[in-house]
Amino acid sequence: MFDKNAKPSPQRQRQLDSYKQLVERMSPNSNLFQGIFRAFWVGGTICCFGQFLQEAGKMWLGMNNTAASTFCSTALVFLTALLTGLGVWDKIGQYAGAGAFVPITGFANAMVSPAIEFRREGLVLGLGAKLFTIAGPVLVWGVSISVLVGMIYAIWPW
Amino acid sequence: MLWNLIKAFVIGGAICSIGQVLVLKTKITPARILVGYIVTGVILSAVGLYGPLAEFAGAGATVPLTGFGHALTTGVKKAVQEIGFMGAFTGGLTSTAAGIAAAVFFGSLAALVFKPRPK
Repeated sequence: MFDKNAKPSPQRQRQLDSYKQLVERMSPNSNLFQGIFRAFWVGGTICCFGQFLQEAGKMWLGMNNTAASTFCSTALVFLTALLTGLGVWDKIGQYAGAGAFVPITGFANAMVSPAIEFRREGLVLGLGAKLFTIAGPVLVWGVSISVLVGMIYAIWPW
Repeated sequence: MLWNLIKAFVIGGAICSIGQVLVLKTKITPARILVGYIVTGVILSAVGLYGPLAEFAGAGATVPLTGFGHALTTGVKKAVQEIGFMGAFTGGLTSTAAGIAAAVFFGSLAALVFKPRPK
């Protein structure tokens, strides 16, 4: 009567299927909204902090616009390198996903983290090469396309 | 100042959320998303859409990697205006030099100071 290998009745099978569908329909959505919420507030906070650094540089450190935006990106990169080294950044990244890796902090982390990991393989082919594992492709495509844009702009300025 | 911070928070958060949707809804790896963001930034800036956004949102538009692409394009355009065709090769890296140099310098420093930790 309670044979485990027995097939459930068609009616019971339909019930099981519809339950499975229900689970599938509900769970990715709540993951999606949770993920978006986390990415939004962490990413927003990082950008907000960057804006604060710029304004602070202009207001209190007497920087002009260029210096202030340089100060902002340099400080964010420095903080990311520090937090990555201390092992804190991994946790932020796991929590926030794109909220952590879309800002310039993600670019910095993508350089620092493999550099630390492969340091023991040497200063040249370990640290030196692995710094660019992910930053390399980003620079290759960004720079190449911007050169193309510049060439077009030189011929037909708009 | 407060209004500027709010604008940066909302726009920056929105740009990151788009990335999170790509992570969860597609199988694109984060590395490809980063490349996609920078290329998108270069192109949006070239067609003149990113400039107004950066004007409005400040760091909310320039801190995400699309802003890195925007910096590449504005640098290239400025250099082309100044020195002509050859500016296409000098402008991009000039305007992004600080971010790249900082990442290389602090990255190397961190790799020398910190020990790798077990995952």
